[in-house]
Amino acid sequence: MTIQDVNASLALGADGVRSANAGAFGRKALQLIGDLATRFGVLIAFALLWEYGGRLGFLNSAVIPPLSDVIAALRDGLVSGPLKEDLGISLTRAGIAFGAATVIGIPLGLVMGQLPTAEKLIDPLLQLFRQTSALALYPVFILLLGLGETSKVFVIFWASLFPILLATIGGVQEVDGKLIEMARVYGARRLTIFRRVVLPGAVPQIFVGLRLSATTALLMLIAAEMIGANHGVGFQVMNAQYNFQIPLMFASIVLLALLGLAANYAILGLQRRLCRWNSAG
Amino acid sequence: MSATQAALRGEVSIRRLSKAFTLNDRRLDVLKGLNLDIRSGECLVIVGASGSGKTTLLRILAGLESADAGEVDIDGRPVDGVGAERAVIFQEPRLLPWLTVLENVTFGLDIRGWPKGEAKAEARHYIELVGLADFADAYPRQLSGGMAQRVGIARALTVKPEILLLDEPLGALDAMTKIAMQQELSRIWREEKVTMILVTHDLEEAIYLADRVLVLPSNKAQPPRLIDVDLPRPRERSSADFVALREELLAEFGLH
Ligand SMILES: Nc1ncnc2c1ncn2[C@@H]1O[C@H](COP(=O)(O)OP(=O)(O)OP(=O)(O)O)[C@@H](O)[C@H]1O
Ligand SMILES: [Mg+2]
Repeated sequence: MTIQDVNASLALGADGVRSANAGAFGRKALQLIGDLATRFGVLIAFALLWEYGGRLGFLNSAVIPPLSDVIAALRDGLVSGPLKEDLGISLTRAGIAFGAATVIGIPLGLVMGQLPTAEKLIDPLLQLFRQTSALALYPVFILLLGLGETSKVFVIFWASLFPILLATIGGVQEVDGKLIEMARVYGARRLTIFRRVVLPGAVPQIFVGLRLSATTALLMLIAAEMIGANHGVGFQVMNAQYNFQIPLMFASIVLLALLGLAANYAILGLQRRLCRWNSAG
Repeated sequence: MSATQAALRGEVSIRRLSKAFTLNDRRLDVLKGLNLDIRSGECLVIVGASGSGKTTLLRILAGLESADAGEVDIDGRPVDGVGAERAVIFQEPRLLPWLTVLENVTFGLDIRGWPKGEAKAEARHYIELVGLADFADAYPRQLSGGMAQRVGIARALTVKPEILLLDEPLGALDAMTKIAMQQELSRIWREEKVTMILVTHDLEEAIYLADRVLVLPSNKAQPPRLIDVDLPRPRERSSADFVALREELLAEFGLH
């Protein structure tokens, strides 16, 4: 091989690399589009169908207005309309109830999970409460607490307490006894074992409970607001329908869906940060 | 430390030790009047058929299980529960999955209240000793079985036990890793001057590591047997003496 040959092949090599790069870039872009299509394709198709269904004549626009109208109603409702106030009220109700369920449910679950006899004694009652729909108890709460905010917040709290409580108890009980024994061999006492082994071991289950509780809190929020409220996003769904403000009604529904998604992603994000050992590659 | 005290470090005396379990309303004698003295710095390997009570004996020595009768003294003091002079390596590595290798290895020192920096430095030393320096920041699920087991060994060594109790520590490893780890254990035992009590199913492993082999019988009417392994170290697995001892041990199990 002469020096020219080497140079030529080097130049060719560089070109080859460049075109390979371009090819790789193209392939990456294609792959990204493919990924997006598989993740959001159906969602986009659904949105398009919603938007154009009325114009194409297979949806009744009076009942199901185009998506763009709903989005406009959502924007107007949030900027200058009733939804801004409703959202604030709903978030306060759900937030207080969910916060209280968390603040009570996690510590209570941690204690009960460690006391097998206490847990066994209380478990039948817990199962009974859990199986009794909180909604069925709502009239009782209204009788006890009045028609105001307290009964609404309490019914949401009640419903969202059980998922987090039961998940925490389960999480504590499922911590590997062999790890606890290992800690004992190194001289760890009860409190240290709890802090260094039981609590971190229960964290993934606690997060499962948190997500369940958040979902339940939103569900209960909507139900409570539909039944006996004159503010709140759940109320607005009913109210808008009653006044035949259909875009506003759909806007409220979309807002509730977005709230659920946001809560779920917020908790998932927190879990990813706290449980890197469990998720990172 | 005087010479006599030094000689006492990690000495175990077992007297008339008995333990029975009740299984389906039937009394099951697992250990019956066992007498045994384990010398300071000795490597005693316990073998025996499955169910012969090897784990039970080790757990009693660890203080994780109590005997029905008899006593165990360590350096002249009766054993009552777990103790700082003993460390246990189980068949599974028992690592905390949410801690890195380094954090797992400092665990024992953390419990004993070592300052963070010193604990880390000490842990790094033992992580290096077991050949995992490049994996200090890895999480347990990123390790192979053999690597995880080595982390468990490093963790046990950090607390500088006088007595190291090992229950089939290499049982789950492949043949190649196993031989490498046996050499490693032998080296660690020599360097750390620790009394080592190891349970295994592997007769070759027993002869490779042991000063003496304790054979626990399945039939508790028979007494346990002690076999001296008087071979120079490092031991050659294919040497005639090694092979002869292996035959002798096999004969203990009625196999020829
Ligand atoms: N907690 C327990 N309750 C009842 N029986 C037990 C208990 N622990 C051990 N045993 C019984 O004691 C006997 C000895 O068990 P041990 O675990 O000491 O055997 P081993 O020699 O370690 O066996 P392997 O080689 O299979 O590990 C077995 O028959 C077992 O069923
Ligand atoms: Mg065993």
